[in-house]
Amino acid sequence: AAMSRKGGKLLVDSLTRSAKHFTKSEVECLVKLFDTLVAKASSQFAGAGFDRTVFRDTLYNAFGMTDDVVLDRVFSIFDKGNTGCITVVEWVEGLAVLLRGTLEEKMKYCFAVYDLNGDGYISKEEMFQMLKHSLLIQPADEEPDEGVKDLVEIALKKMASTCLFVPFLLQDYDHDGKISFTDFETAVREENLLLEAFGPCLPDIK
Amino acid sequence: IFSKASSSLEDVGESSSETDEDEQPVRRQEGSTDLSAEYWGIQKLAKYVKGGDPTATVIALCSMKDFNLSEETCQLAIKDTGCLEVLINLLDTEEIKCQTGSLKILKEISQNILIRHAIADLGGLEIMVKILDSPDTDIKCLAAETIANVARFKRARKTVRQHGGIKRLVELLESISVASSYQAKDIETARCAALALWSCSRSTKNKKAIRKAGGIPLLARWLKCSHTNILIPIVGTLQECASEPSYRLAIRTEGMIENLVKNLSSEHEELQMHCASAIFKCAEDEEIRDLVRKHEGLQPLSVLLDKSENKQLLAAVTGAIWKCAISRENVLKFQEYKTVETLVTLLTDQPEEVLINVIGALGECCQEEENRGTIRRCGGIAPIVKLLTATNQALLVNVNKAVGGCAMDPENMLIIDSLDGVRLLWSLLKNPNPDVQASAAWALCPCVENAKNSGEMVRSFVGGLELIVNLLKSKDREVLTSVCAAIANIAKDQENLAVMTDHGVVPLLSKLANTNNNKLRRHLAEAIAHCCLWGSNRVAFGETKAVAPLARYLKSKDPLVHRATAQALYQLSEDPNNCVIMHENGVVKLLLAMVGSTDDTLQEAAAGCIANIRRLALAAEKAKYG
Repeated sequence: AAMSRKGGKLLVDSLTRSAKHFTKSEVECLVKLFDTLVAKASSQFAGAGFDRTVFRDTLYNAFGMTDDVVLDRVFSIFDKGNTGCITVVEWVEGLAVLLRGTLEEKMKYCFAVYDLNGDGYISKEEMFQMLKHSLLIQPADEEPDEGVKDLVEIALKKMASTCLFVPFLLQDYDHDGKISFTDFETAVREENLLLEAFGPCLPDIK
Repeated sequence: IFSKASSSLEDVGESSSETDEDEQPVRRQEGSTDLSAEYWGIQKLAKYVKGGDPTATVIALCSMKDFNLSEETCQLAIKDTGCLEVLINLLDTEEIKCQTGSLKILKEISQNILIRHAIADLGGLEIMVKILDSPDTDIKCLAAETIANVARFKRARKTVRQHGGIKRLVELLESISVASSYQAKDIETARCAALALWSCSRSTKNKKAIRKAGGIPLLARWLKCSHTNILIPIVGTLQECASEPSYRLAIRTEGMIENLVKNLSSEHEELQMHCASAIFKCAEDEEIRDLVRKHEGLQPLSVLLDKSENKQLLAAVTGAIWKCAISRENVLKFQEYKTVETLVTLLTDQPEEVLINVIGALGECCQEEENRGTIRRCGGIAPIVKLLTATNQALLVNVNKAVGGCAMDPENMLIIDSLDGVRLLWSLLKNPNPDVQASAAWALCPCVENAKNSGEMVRSFVGGLELIVNLLKSKDREVLTSVCAAIANIAKDQENLAVMTDHGVVPLLSKLANTNNNKLRRHLAEAIAHCCLWGSNRVAFGETKAVAPLARYLKSKDPLVHRATAQALYQLSEDPNNCVIMHENGVVKLLLAMVGSTDDTLQEAAAGCIANIRRLALAAEKAKYG
């Protein structure tokens, strides 16, 4: 175990406060789970946490998440300290958003996932990356990427426009070609379905 | 706009809207062959919906939603690009985001009559009903609202019921507690479930299904909530179902009248209208009329008559007043609110649906003598008489009743006669509709009784007496009853009685004698009694075998029948042959029981008849034994 008994109690109390969405007993369970995962992991971090591989396995087993790009991003978001290893604090606080986050928290989370290079914007290239496997059926006479590029334009139009929507064929598109957090937030508030617009990154609670 | 017109085609909110649009609607021809920009845009998005994974599908659907889905061009574009099938297929998946995105679009476009028929044809309704089982509230809400839109035609409503939709909708509404319905989500879900039930309730079988699923106490519960946009579909459903006696019973026993009355004072005219409509339908029952009065509902109804620009509301309110006025105590209450005066002002420049109810109400108000005078003082007689020339049969029935009611006041009768009202009434006896004939005949009774120079007046109607006597050949019992009543009145004039006799009134009356219906018996006996007073009619009645059946009438339990029969028998007993028949039929014993009656007329007639029979028996004895 990573903690002594007294330290453990203090930790649970502190986490219950900071993660906000879990009860004490829930935090205890999560801490126990953490300990199990750490035990499974290599001793690379001297028991302070577990690495990307373990993290991705866990998320796959628990929530069925398979997308590599997304999983990488989620790891980076959890790993606030940027150490390459998830500590128990990062673990509980991260899950708090994933499982019980308010709309605001989830929006920030999803945006961070999709902002692949972390520059505060979701660019066309990033959208292309995330959507490139989303078209299952393509007409034979079209270049395979044309459809995806088109879809990216559609998404951009939907979310980056700051004026009243005009059906896209009629609009003279001249915006800056990327989605800021404000853009994303506005779009999601208006249409909740767009929260996971570029791929599932939240657990499927059903 | 096409959609608006189509909604009036289908949602005529009448109770038996089985008369609604059920055939496949015909598509309006498009002017040009140029496909709109919307068409191409939607077709492009459809490609991604069809060929994309859920992520791509959701993006495309969200984009599609931004088109102006209430415009016909967009709606039809979705149908023509084959996108509608795709949307419905999406409903059938387990991908909740795709289902949600699809429903958001279907909800909007199903306002279009062609689209909703298409949705039903593609099996969309069954899937939406299944979605009502989902644990996700948002999607249930969307499904319910879409069902509400699609179920605007008969076949769709049937489909919903056949797939268990009614039960699920009731359960959905049940799952929300009225008390805690302050969450926006709960309000929205309740509203959508209620809307769907309202749409579905327009079919008779669905009304039953709602009841069987426990819908009635549910409606009662929700009637107490304070959100107008939930109340409107709830009251709408109640008003729709109030044509069924079982619902009216429940409305009575579950205390719903109180809430309906309360909401008459709402600020929302649509809600007021549905409440008034519900009362209109329910007030067929006497107990409900009493409850409306007890909960002080008559005054708000009367006050609402001032909202005369909103014709739908006015029709509902006048309808409610009409039916409530069937009870005399209510008429007295209406007098306090000067309702009659207001109603008279509504006799001109109103659409037919309002007029029918206004006249109906005035007809009922004539129960009270004072109101007959009030109508005259307000100048109401002339417009009422004028309506005798209308063609709408429901209107005519009410007009006849109103004229009859007014005619009970001799001063009114002067005006009616001067306006040729009696002749107009008489010619309505030729109307093909038996209800019109019967109501006209009933109205003629007070007219004949109260008109000045009544006998002459009747004679002045060329062919009139022949006409009315021939109505005794009708197959409709109410016509027969009313005509007997009229003939009883007409026969008080000797000359007219003679003419009627020439036209064969005696055998025609006798033919009717074998009836068990007390109302007919009563008026028939009265007619016979009066017709005896000419020539050899007494004998003729005996010969045409009227006496024995009349004797049987004495066995009925109805005192009014006894009185009329005794009078007829007394008159008939002036002829010896009739006495013999009466004696053979045990009349004496039956009449003896009535000699002690508190009804003077009955008492005298009974005694007189017995005396005649006894006198004859005595004479026969004397003749036998010297």
